[in-house]
Amino acid sequence: MESARRVDYLNVDYGVRSWLLTTDHKRIALLYLVSITIMFMIGGLSAVAIRLELLTPAGDLLQADNYNKLFTMHGVVMVFFFLIPSIPAVLGNFLLPLMIGARDVAFPRLNLLSWYVFVTGGLVTLFGMITGGADTGWTFYTPYSTAAATTKVIPVALGVFINGFSSILTGLNFIVTIHTLRAPGLRWFRLPLFVWTHYATSIIFILGTPVIAITLALVGLERGFHIGIFDPALGGDPVLFQHLFWFYSHPAVYIMILPSMGVISELVTCFARKKLYGYTVVAGASFAIAFLGFLVWGHHMFTSSQTILSGLIFSFLSMAVAIPSAVKVFNWTATLYRGSIAWSAPMLYALGFIGLFTIGGLTGIMLASTGLDVHVHDTYFIVAHFHYIMVGGAIMGYLGGLHYWWPKITGRMYPEPLARIAGLIVFLGFNLTFFPQFVLGYLGMPRRYHAYPEEFQVLNVFSTAGASVLGVGYLLPLLYFTWSLRYGERAPANPWGATGLEWQTSSPPPTENFAVTPVVTQDAYDYHEAAAPVSEVLVRG
Amino acid sequence: MAEAVHGAHAHHFDDAVQQREAATLGMWIFLVTEVMFFGGLFTAYVTYRALYPDAFAHASHHLDVVLGTFNTAVLITSSLTMALAVYAAQVGRRGRLVACLCLTALLGATFLVVKVFEYAEKFEHHLVPGPAFSWPETAEAPNVQLFYSLYFAMTGLHALHMVIGLGILTWLILGARRGRFGPAYATPVEVSGLYWHFVDIVWIFLFPLLYLIGRH
Amino acid sequence: MSTHVIAPRVYVGIFLALMVFTALTTWVAFIDLGPLNVVIMLVIAFLKASLVVLFFMHARYESQLTRVTIVAAVFWLFVLIVISASDVFMRARPEALPLGIGARSAVMGPG
Repeated sequence: MESARRVDYLNVDYGVRSWLLTTDHKRIALLYLVSITIMFMIGGLSAVAIRLELLTPAGDLLQADNYNKLFTMHGVVMVFFFLIPSIPAVLGNFLLPLMIGARDVAFPRLNLLSWYVFVTGGLVTLFGMITGGADTGWTFYTPYSTAAATTKVIPVALGVFINGFSSILTGLNFIVTIHTLRAPGLRWFRLPLFVWTHYATSIIFILGTPVIAITLALVGLERGFHIGIFDPALGGDPVLFQHLFWFYSHPAVYIMILPSMGVISELVTCFARKKLYGYTVVAGASFAIAFLGFLVWGHHMFTSSQTILSGLIFSFLSMAVAIPSAVKVFNWTATLYRGSIAWSAPMLYALGFIGLFTIGGLTGIMLASTGLDVHVHDTYFIVAHFHYIMVGGAIMGYLGGLHYWWPKITGRMYPEPLARIAGLIVFLGFNLTFFPQFVLGYLGMPRRYHAYPEEFQVLNVFSTAGASVLGVGYLLPLLYFTWSLRYGERAPANPWGATGLEWQTSSPPPTENFAVTPVVTQDAYDYHEAAAPVSEVLVRG
Repeated sequence: MAEAVHGAHAHHFDDAVQQREAATLGMWIFLVTEVMFFGGLFTAYVTYRALYPDAFAHASHHLDVVLGTFNTAVLITSSLTMALAVYAAQVGRRGRLVACLCLTALLGATFLVVKVFEYAEKFEHHLVPGPAFSWPETAEAPNVQLFYSLYFAMTGLHALHMVIGLGILTWLILGARRGRFGPAYATPVEVSGLYWHFVDIVWIFLFPLLYLIGRH
Repeated sequence: MSTHVIAPRVYVGIFLALMVFTALTTWVAFIDLGPLNVVIMLVIAFLKASLVVLFFMHARYESQLTRVTIVAAVFWLFVLIVISASDVFMRARPEALPLGIGARSAVMGPG
């Protein structure tokens, strides 16, 4: 049907200036989407190089120094420039005002600034990488990073430092937005879980990011100006660096997973057609994760020669932080139970998340036990553990969310059958890549080594094969999402029959989000048992 | 943000009150990040002072207590003038607002000038960390250099915040002279005041921790 | 939350208190009170900071949310400093460890 085109946020204005000078949170979300996708590809390419090298036991593809630079690049780009911003900056920016019935975030110009800061940080780090790269690992441990490394530590770290301010601005904006701009009737306990988890994430942004900022600044000052805070020759202590570094970098992993958990709550309720089991508990668990997440950083330092007393305390607290995460998994499962399940692409990602995050989380509890961790620290067991959480968890949530809200963001449907196939490919490829790494690590293969003993080759070959499959799985959405922009079926306002204010406005929304500010009278996830199952409402079955 | 003096507000806010609440909360949250930013340095300070109390005390003696106390007094006075500037904006006294803002900036600049003198003196006495550092008692020299690393990092970061504060004050003065701020729109002055007071609070801790160790 | 206006004389009063505290802290620094010197110095600094926060920064009249924000900042700063500093300190001074728990982890070998 070719009715007159409605004015929405995409077609209201054209031209580069209307995008680069926008203050519309929805356009800013898309600016982030493009830049984050580019960073993901850069991080992905370095992973390709790593996995190619690891096909054979000998260090024959790359010299050791260059291999070190590659895993550093992979870690820095993926952690700081992809995982940490991804869901908050793309989906959070786009959806938060919509979900609370607001016209924009509290500080739209700061929002745009946060994107420019992100891009600047990214360019500075990439400049460092192109002109030689750093080889310290994304963890920048002293004294190597401050005294011995002859590589481009300062520009790489400077880019990360700058990027931190982007996180801070985003977190600040979200907290103020959620407090001040909720629509009438939208009480705290009526908010979608996506909003709750982004609030908890924003608290971590605010409290944690400044600490890594000052820590990296001190590394730079020590390298450049002999301000030797961590220098043992002056009585400094490299373990102090580790404490300051992990004070942020542990909560950072909750920055990566909490928004994804918020997405899962939205997906599971919609595609099981049920309200969330234990809504209040799940909301509370988000904050419990944020709070406890700040008290466990020493579990990265069990072998660092921190005191055993500290090790004991951090070990205990690390077990405790698993509890609210487990509560969420139980509650999602209970939501699915006796629900009216639709096997849509977003739901496949959500189900994949629940399983893979559980594996990642359980191995995390194993690692919280000091005795076991001492054995597998700095092996591929650790690598597998955090990839299960970050890729099997966070990225699955990101992809599931992208699919779910794609109609809202672009006004187009993606091709559902192809999306389901891609989701399965991602799931299979992921497990083939990373499950062998649990075994490798347990058998003793160290991480960050480009050569390894012969007996580890078979598992490494499986892992590289899996990575190729995973790569295909990631490439497919890139292709069909792009395809859908031109050829995808036009989406109605609410293609999934979902609850939530974002579905009460058109797809795509107008610039001001709502023609009239909505008034909320119902709780979240007000799905009724009598409501039509999703398959009847889906555009494509 | 809307510039009118008559309670107008940006389009995404319902009213000027909501806008002011958002701005104030936003600044408080930003100050939380600043607390944690300086917090890393305070962590290092606490750690090393506990480990090397004598070296830190000897190092601290070389700092000029008179200048340090004077600077503390200067900053506290500047907080007073800043608070009075906020009052002037809230009651619509434009002349007073401009005067108080100018005084605050002047006091801030005074602080920085004193710091320049102090830093220059450190440079002359070879107390700047690096190859030129030199300290008579060789046994404690490394720890003394650690103290001075912290001294420069902490006061340097503080001074950087003062410079930014002066920039903000300049912007406020220019706006105040044009009559932008008044009872209906005092928020930028209030919110900048919060920043300025925070910078004062950091110095309230830095002064005794750096200048007053073991002075007896 | 209304725009609360504080009278200038209150500000001047707080200013005078701050100046007195400053003089006091400098004066006490030159008197030998042993470990009490540090305690007094920190108490005075906290008092001065509190006066600035409550009155100059209007926190006394602000919302519950603002107060929670301030408390949260102080709390987490405390967590960062206490845990990190105490661990690094006890690494170097194992005799300070409570309950005689060993400083070196087993993987580092004996002694």
